[in-house]
Amino acid sequence: MKENIVSVNNLSVSFDYQENFLSKKQKIRAVNNINIKIKKGSFFGLVGESGSGKTTLGRAILGANKISSGNVIFHDDDRDFDLTTITSKEMKEYRKKAQLIFQDPYAALSPRMTVRDIIAEPLEVMKITTSREETDERVRDIAAKCRLNLEHLRRFPHAFSGGQRQRISIARALVSNPKFIVADESVAALDVSIQADILNLLKQLQQELNLTYLFISHDLSVVAHVCDIVAVMYLGHIVEMAPSRELFSNPRHSYTKALLSSIPSVDPENKSKAIELQGEIPSAMNPPTGCVFRTRCPNPTHDCKEGNIEMGLIEVSPNHWVDQCCVNCA
Amino acid sequence: MSHLLEINKLDVKFDTDEGRITAIDNVSLTLDQGKVLGIVGESGSGKSVTAKSIMQLNPGNTIYNDNAEIIIDGENVLKFTSKNDLKKIRGGKVSMIFQEPMASFAPAIKIGSQMVEQLMIHKPLDKNEAKNISIDMLNRVGIADAEKRFNQYAFELSGGMRQRAMIAMALSTMPKLLLADEPTTALDVTIQAQVINLIKDIIKEFNMGVIFITHDLGVIAQVADDVAVMYLGSVVERGPVNEILKNPKHPYTRGLLNALPDINNLDAPLTPIPGNIPSPLERPTGCVFRTRCPNPTHDCREGNIEMGLIEISSGHWVDKCCINCG
Repeated sequence: MKENIVSVNNLSVSFDYQENFLSKKQKIRAVNNINIKIKKGSFFGLVGESGSGKTTLGRAILGANKISSGNVIFHDDDRDFDLTTITSKEMKEYRKKAQLIFQDPYAALSPRMTVRDIIAEPLEVMKITTSREETDERVRDIAAKCRLNLEHLRRFPHAFSGGQRQRISIARALVSNPKFIVADESVAALDVSIQADILNLLKQLQQELNLTYLFISHDLSVVAHVCDIVAVMYLGHIVEMAPSRELFSNPRHSYTKALLSSIPSVDPENKSKAIELQGEIPSAMNPPTGCVFRTRCPNPTHDCKEGNIEMGLIEVSPNHWVDQCCVNCA
Repeated sequence: MSHLLEINKLDVKFDTDEGRITAIDNVSLTLDQGKVLGIVGESGSGKSVTAKSIMQLNPGNTIYNDNAEIIIDGENVLKFTSKNDLKKIRGGKVSMIFQEPMASFAPAIKIGSQMVEQLMIHKPLDKNEAKNISIDMLNRVGIADAEKRFNQYAFELSGGMRQRAMIAMALSTMPKLLLADEPTTALDVTIQAQVINLIKDIIKEFNMGVIFITHDLGVIAQVADDVAVMYLGSVVERGPVNEILKNPKHPYTRGLLNALPDINNLDAPLTPIPGNIPSPLERPTGCVFRTRCPNPTHDCREGNIEMGLIEISSGHWVDKCCINCG
């Protein structure tokens, strides 16, 4: 059996941007030279602020964004899908294996379809089932796994609360029996008690259905709780990557440290000051040369400040990878 | 000393096509100058409606009860009807910061013009004076190049900067009371930390009272002096922040804390509060929390118990029904 389910090698994704039709075309590099391997059965977390390229990376892995350079390979049991050379016929096959759960359960569900039709749609579109009975059986089966009642299936989405809607989205993503799920901010729109419920459900489904997740989130405490390995993104680069316990107890990159210190503690007496980063995340259109973090680094070396240092991850302890520039700064 | 803000026995109902909905039920709160009152609760618990009642910003189908009082500086604002009276509170004595800073600025008018416009409505200033105050305010909230930003549009500013500009605008009229409705929810954590520190500094400097609405208990712990926990339109527990978060007595407050992922304790399981928040159309009789209470007494389950806060230790108030349920 193969160990990894997804390998991302030197992946870059850029978008063309033109301010108006007279101005020069520019390239925005949303994702830069990313290397990750996602182990089968893992809960892989991807964190970072808005604009760091988390979603673009997730979409590139699903084949929803064009890959500019590098490649993404999905390892199925008997074959590999190379997303850079994939044909549209293979893509149809790939869609069954890799699915997406969206952020906003209010926007993701069509208000004019019953819950049964929403969940059944992927089966019909991908022609997985051949008869209505078979479709219904699979819908009922996955609905039960996602803790939806059978009577819910006849209703329309407006009758449901945010948490229930998110369970419907999950059922829809899982009905084709995928192996790999990208969950893009899937709990960000939910209240804390519902968030806990959905996180527990995702964990439980992972066990039952042998799923692998790429879990994209901006909320570090959520990621710390559910993920076994976490990658921190900043301006299109992965700046640190480690097993989650290691990352949260022993962060090495100044950006990770700043993120961790910014989480407000629930203990009112613990008013430890957040490490305030100066300024804001630079525009991806005009990223700093050399180390992308240097404009906000609290303690840059001379070479770093001048932009002379190439970015790249090095392994500082087993499985703990940090950008080589910032190992010396922090 | 009298309180800066006093809310007494406030009920708010909305007339809708499906029937009359109770959004707020018998809420009483007080706030003193220089203090921060945090209001927490899930969506639909009535946090924002409470704040909007203070500024009379609820929509036309809103019904307030006759004996309710919202007293600011000795005046009951619920009795205000004329535009002039309302102007005294809206943007005058009270300012509000909203969650989504992009939606709070008009997109086609420069930030500066919007700041000057509202300032001139409330203060007897000419345009130049208003401009100077606005730029000074932008500087104070930590916006670099304030003069340049003054002449820009909202879309040219990043999220954190827009929220700073919003705060600058809200503070330029020197309100006595600031209502902050989820002001950091849409921001990234590093920016959230900046904005929280900014709000704390400003409270100290201007000695205002602040109502800080959020669903994030971590944020509450860091900014608030007192907390009120709301559930389905009722305050179920309130008191000093330390007491409420360290020694919560209401099962709902405990539930919220147990559902929160804690980065310092990764082994703790995440425990959701069982059940769903009932629809406001099917508001439970008696104790509103009884449908989700982990351990209700017989009388509570039957809906026989009236709600009401009692003081169990100095300043710590809990709904009387749920003290027995525990």
